Amino acid sequence: MYEVIVVGGGHAGCEASLASARKGHKTLLITGNIKNIADMPCNPSIGGSAKGIVVREIDALGGEMGKNADKSLLQIKMLNSAKGPAVQALRAQADKITYPKEMLKTLENTPNLEIKEAMVEDLIVKNGRIGGVCLADGKKITSKAVILTTGTYLKADILVGDTRTRQGPHGEKPSNFLSDKLREYGFNVIRLKTGTPQRIDRSSIDFSKTKVEEGDKTYHTFSFDMEPQYKIEEQVPCHLIYTTDETKKIILDNLNKSSMYGGLSDIKGVGPRYCPSIEDKMVRFKDKEKHQLFLEPESLYYDDIYVQGFSTSMPKDIQEKMVHSLPGLEHAKILKYAYAIEYDAIDAKQLKQSLETKVIENLYTAGQINGTSGYEEAACQGLMAGINASLKLEGKEPLILKRNEAYIGVLIDDLVTKGIIDPYRLLTSRAEYRLLLRHDNADLRLTDYGYEVGLIDEERYQKFKHRREKIKEVETLLKENKITPTKETNEYLESIPTTPLKDGLTLYDFLKRPEINFDHLMHFIEIDVPNDIKEQITITDKYAGYIEKANKEAQKMVDLDNKKIPDDIDYDKIHNLASEAKQKLKQIRPTSIGQAIRISGVNPADISLIMVYLKKEYFYESK
Amino acid sequence: MEDTIAAIATSLGVGAISIIRVSGNDAIKIVNNLFKGKDLTKVSSHTINYGHILDQDKIVDEVLVSVMRAPKTFTREDVVEINVHGGIATSNKVLELLLTNGCRLAEPGEFTKRAFLNGRIDLVEAEGVMDLINAKTDKARDLAINQVSGSVSNLIKELRQSLVEILANIEVNIDYPEYEDIEVMTIEMIKDKLKMIKQKIKEILDKSQNGKIVKEGIKTVIIGRPNVGKSSILNRLLEEDKAIVTDVAGTTRDIVEGRITIDGIILNIIDTAGIRKTDDLVESIGVKKSLALIDEADLILFVLNNNESLTDEDEEILKKIKKHNSIVIINKIDLANKINIDAIDNDNIVMLSALNNEGINDLKTTIKKMFNLEQIEQEDYTYLSSARSIALLKQASKALDNVEEGVNNNMPIDMVEIDLKDAWNLLGEIIGANYSEELIDQLFSQFCLGK
Repeated sequence: MYEVIVVGGGHAGCEASLASARKGHKTLLITGNIKNIADMPCNPSIGGSAKGIVVREIDALGGEMGKNADKSLLQIKMLNSAKGPAVQALRAQADKITYPKEMLKTLENTPNLEIKEAMVEDLIVKNGRIGGVCLADGKKITSKAVILTTGTYLKADILVGDTRTRQGPHGEKPSNFLSDKLREYGFNVIRLKTGTPQRIDRSSIDFSKTKVEEGDKTYHTFSFDMEPQYKIEEQVPCHLIYTTDETKKIILDNLNKSSMYGGLSDIKGVGPRYCPSIEDKMVRFKDKEKHQLFLEPESLYYDDIYVQGFSTSMPKDIQEKMVHSLPGLEHAKILKYAYAIEYDAIDAKQLKQSLETKVIENLYTAGQINGTSGYEEAACQGLMAGINASLKLEGKEPLILKRNEAYIGVLIDDLVTKGIIDPYRLLTSRAEYRLLLRHDNADLRLTDYGYEVGLIDEERYQKFKHRREKIKEVETLLKENKITPTKETNEYLESIPTTPLKDGLTLYDFLKRPEINFDHLMHFIEIDVPNDIKEQITITDKYAGYIEKANKEAQKMVDLDNKKIPDDIDYDKIHNLASEAKQKLKQIRPTSIGQAIRISGVNPADISLIMVYLKKEYFYESK
Repeated sequence: MEDTIAAIATSLGVGAISIIRVSGNDAIKIVNNLFKGKDLTKVSSHTINYGHILDQDKIVDEVLVSVMRAPKTFTREDVVEINVHGGIATSNKVLELLLTNGCRLAEPGEFTKRAFLNGRIDLVEAEGVMDLINAKTDKARDLAINQVSGSVSNLIKELRQSLVEILANIEVNIDYPEYEDIEVMTIEMIKDKLKMIKQKIKEILDKSQNGKIVKEGIKTVIIGRPNVGKSSILNRLLEEDKAIVTDVAGTTRDIVEGRITIDGIILNIIDTAGIRKTDDLVESIGVKKSLALIDEADLILFVLNNNESLTDEDEEILKKIKKHNSIVIINKIDLANKINIDAIDNDNIVMLSALNNEGINDLKTTIKKMFNLEQIEQEDYTYLSSARSIALLKQASKALDNVEEGVNNNMPIDMVEIDLKDAWNLLGEIIGANYSEELIDQLFSQFCLGK
């Protein structure tokens, strides 16, 4: 008897099982193949715009992805460094051998956590409540909670040209029956599709025809709790190339051979808009002469080079021609062909904000099964599912992050409120309050939660509190210290150069000037401030007006989110609800007025009707 | 539900008193910001307070303001009622000020709705009227959207499209920074597009003002030195249409003196107190006062005497009115020409003789042409849509000003984008667009991205 069983050992499964085990619950992680734990079947990178911030958030909540990426990176960059602080994010190339190895080591060294190789094909369900899982060999394992993190393995089909093969990534066994069982239990099962490009033998590429893309020359870590584990000068570069006219011709001439363009007639899966195959790009953007491709190293321990941007479901012979039409790849040796993969997922509208399913109590789902795409999106859901399954077993309220608190909150709210049509990727544009959800303040936003749920230990928490207090202290100091228009001061200001003073000015207000940075203040005041704190204060000072605006907007949303809708509300009893609104409300069952407003098809008149009904039936105080 | 709403509570009409009702958390604060008189935030509940409503520093109207604090009010929220002097122009101006200062225009039935949402009306009773209210709001929303004329609505769609293209470009630069082949939206590019968009908003505002004119009349001021014949011209115009509506007797208000309709178009003659009684008062108005009037008016009629040469004062006024809708009237063409007409730099010069009733029709034709009145479809510009959309358009324009300020302060592009998005959303509100997924759809259709 376990307390928690996690099905699937990908990025979601690792975080889920670690969270539950670290919170003291006896946990079993079941995976089809231990060798594939924390595998990166697609691109060899962690982070990116918005995603990099999610990794920081996972870290602040006590998850593992940030630390594990720090241990295995080949190259790291701060994206958008020329833009504002709200959109900066880290992106790293991670070693595909080291990353899983380090993660497995962590899992194996975690008390309360066992790992088992098996295929899960059914669930044990009693009275609408989960009781464990059934394995392919008929064996049953019982538990109080189950977290499904099956990735792309539900009825996975690999598509290459006109061939469809029932298997998961790396030719692994898929789960053939679990999604049917889920349908029987009452889940709406949907079919999604994604793809991955070729892997090329490094030694067969002529890199002289490519543009080198280096890592940053300053040190970065994802984790707030790690020192850099790499050397700047030892980072491995990526390489940039472009498709040629010949590439375009080959693709357009052979379009009907692609699985997606006629090669296969039975495709139901919906592919992601943000990562179309190269043939999709050629068709949709006909006028574009060339497309950018990145050659990314997968590992120091083997020779595969990942061709980012070249995902396709063309047959192998056409793929050969396509690859050889690229500059530097004229004689390239393809080690693995590109493929598309179709898989089953569930309708995330059947989930609560805690990621517990509404269909079966104590059953949680996280990652690609919920319709997302990306390692980071999966990991953060795994973490939240692990935390919330544990909290439920402890008889506590779930941890639900709001849209103004974390990208994780944006992602989960989007999934369970709006549902998805194509695989969901996080974008900064999905966050209304992205100025609040910054890379630099992820720890300030979330470490308290991580500590409360028990995933941040005392030592780290004290360190964090010290940082938070130090920020306050320095801020106060800057607000209390004035500079005055003396001759000496104004001479210094003119040397910067910046406008001389006429009246006194606090250092805090002085720092607001666009041309002034924190180090200029050192001329007037002697303080020893670490760089991260300088950065934090500078951002909140310089952009105070915008931050205030965002906070004000966010508060409106929070007020609406705080107006709770009882679980047992009967929408049939509310007269005059528009039929579309009623149907959506019944399906999604929003927990708050705020969530109800975000459902498309529910309009303000419907919201008013709900409020009146609540007041009448539940003596609800709207204000 | 906590936003503050405002609407004209009495039926629109000329004369008498109109009541503008404001309800919500910020009702007292917002009205107080526009009010000159006692500090309304400090007065006792259920009191009536005398004072003036101001637009910036200019007095809009002399008013009585009732302050009623929650919960003993109709809506159980803070309620303020402003009693203004009747007339669409004044009531609407006050409403517009409220809408640009934080109020939202109430939907029909919304005060009642709030009353029962807040428990003021019995809930059984409320259920009974629910059908009605619900139908009303849905219809009202459609109406509000449809009432923006097709052409204006298309213009706004075009502006939103320009904005969303900029937004999607900025978003894509942020979300896909590694794509070197995507054009990077720079501050300079935003500046150019911004200028274009602001210009267009101004055009739409002008057009909407024209629409308002049909409904509410043209604020007209007649200026000129004593004895140039202002009164005679006015009287000639009046002869054509005896339907002059004078103000309620006994008020000291000097906003609308008289109302003349020319082929269905209303001229509200403003700020000419006493003009028909004696010229003495006009003398006391002087250049300074005339200059102040010019800014308030939709139309300036500047009267000169054909029989006298231009004075320095005249030239000063000529210079000033050039930027406004103005007509230079050269009266007394029955007398010898002493004025140098070539020295008058204005697109609209009308020569007439009030004495002989010559050229009055030319004046009317010029006015009609100037406001493009033949082309305005009256039904396209209702009171509701104009007040609402004008307020939103002005807010959008303000948001674009903020963008400009951010640009000038070297703010990073993703900060500047916050105000840009704000403007886009405000424009969307005018035409009732639902924006939730629009931007992301745009992002994927506009740019080629992928792994």
